[in-house]
Amino acid sequence: MAIGNDEVRAMAKLARLAIEPDDIPGYAEHLSGILAFVARMDEIDTRTVEPLAHPLDLSARLRPDLVSEGDQRELFQSLAPAVERGLYLVPKVIE
Amino acid sequence: MTNSPPRSVARLADGLARGDYSSVELTRHYLDRIAALDSQLNSFITVCAEQALAEAAAADACRAAGKAGRLTGIPYANKDIFCTRGVRTSCASRMLDNFVAPYDATAVERLRGAGLVMLGKTNMDEFAMGSSNESSYYGPVANPWDLARVPGGSSGGSAAAVAAGLAPIATGTDTGGSIRQPAAFCGVSGIKPTYGRVSRYGMIAFASSLDQGGPLGVSAEDLALLLNVMAGYDPRDSTSIERPDEDFTRLLATPIAGLRIGLPREYFDQHLDAGIRTCVEQAVKELETRGAIVCDISLPHVSLAIPAYYVIAPAECSSNLSRYDGARFGYRCADPLDLNDLYCRSRGEGFGAEVKRRILIGTYVLSSGYYDAYYRKAQQIRRLICQDFSAAFENVDVILGPTTPTVAYRSGAHRKDPVTMYLGDIYTTAANLAGLPSVSIPAGFVDGLPVGMQLTANHFDEARLLGLAHRYQCESDWHLRTPTGCN
Repeated sequence: MAIGNDEVRAMAKLARLAIEPDDIPGYAEHLSGILAFVARMDEIDTRTVEPLAHPLDLSARLRPDLVSEGDQRELFQSLAPAVERGLYLVPKVIE
Repeated sequence: MTNSPPRSVARLADGLARGDYSSVELTRHYLDRIAALDSQLNSFITVCAEQALAEAAAADACRAAGKAGRLTGIPYANKDIFCTRGVRTSCASRMLDNFVAPYDATAVERLRGAGLVMLGKTNMDEFAMGSSNESSYYGPVANPWDLARVPGGSSGGSAAAVAAGLAPIATGTDTGGSIRQPAAFCGVSGIKPTYGRVSRYGMIAFASSLDQGGPLGVSAEDLALLLNVMAGYDPRDSTSIERPDEDFTRLLATPIAGLRIGLPREYFDQHLDAGIRTCVEQAVKELETRGAIVCDISLPHVSLAIPAYYVIAPAECSSNLSRYDGARFGYRCADPLDLNDLYCRSRGEGFGAEVKRRILIGTYVLSSGYYDAYYRKAQQIRRLICQDFSAAFENVDVILGPTTPTVAYRSGAHRKDPVTMYLGDIYTTAANLAGLPSVSIPAGFVDGLPVGMQLTANHFDEARLLGLAHRYQCESDWHLRTPTGCN
């Protein structure tokens, strides 16, 4: 299945990825190539096969509902691009 | 140090214990080699000279106090995907170029606890997405055997550093072959353990159901020693296996007579380079001489492993990498117009082309209307591949084949077509889909370039795998060869 420029734009929008307009045809070509390649999966009938999400049969582990992490806000916020008074700054969302 | 130290960690540890040299002397030796040789290879993103010498001095003090363990004072190189407190952890991406991890990965914590000395952080494909180490924000890594060729990827910096003697051992991660393939291309040994053996806590996520950390080193014995430190149950990783710690060196001395080895017909197909086939067949003959029982087997669905992998891995990648939003850490674009612009441009400018391709493909296969045709289908094939291996392991102990269809190729060879590069993972991805332990060891040369042989065992059977690899290495010297210019 071929992917066109419109589909690349749609995926880029869903994935919140800015892509230069000049680069879109290149992505369309590469992504079409990848999809044509993975289409080989259709060689076999899998209608009766249960999907497998995880290689080992594991069940989610439970732990006591206790606080396990201390407050490291200052350390973590020291990595942020912009903070003020303990808050992460982003452009205004509500006018 | 006046003489070059031995290459293997096992012998280096003996030398440290005897007092032939101190950890500070050893660490300085490797730092000097990095300074002299790495401008050609680019195998390190960050070198931690000062910190390494301080850790080495602490290791020597620990030894003087009679508290040294087997690997106390051994230097190692750490793939720049493992978070290291206070040291930049970039994942070879512009996105994390300014990211100084606020905590240690569990694997790093364990290595530190055992007294190993971190020389620095090694180069890799951006976010571990690549098989040639050409997608790093910090530039490509060269193969020490031929500087015009790729070292493999994504753990290409770790493999090149070990091959060139810039570090005696290194960490790596393997999502579809990222430890084994560069090990093969650089003539070193590398193991991807059973999924869940090595904690993923603090190991930057690419595809969470496939990612697994492990060591790259000179010999199988060294891999066993380092895996003893890296592996172990970790409650901070919900997929960590809850099993008692085991000694991965315990079967190194076990003879291979009677061991059943299966050769999958599908791994000796038309894609395989004739020279590699000859090397692997020769190795099989030698193992047979030592008493191994060899038979042909079939893994009927394994040819669909790469198509399924290149759906599942990008799907998980698109989800995992949604955390990079330009708001809390990492790269932020200049002068965002609004919040959406902040997200889109920070991600568009922070990620390289291959990462963007995989995010887009992952988004596509998970999107409404395509989920069943791609993602669900790939997961069904994943089950069939697991069943192929389960059936095979009823009759054999180890599955043997080539690690890669070709030796290291020239830089830029696959730049125009990502799919041709993906095909290089043809023999490695199945072990990730099935969560199996798999090792690559040197098995010869083609045109002066190293050949890797891959051994895969059932879940939790690393000790047997490393035992077989060690017995082979006791009888061969491929793993002891070094590239010229790096002596």
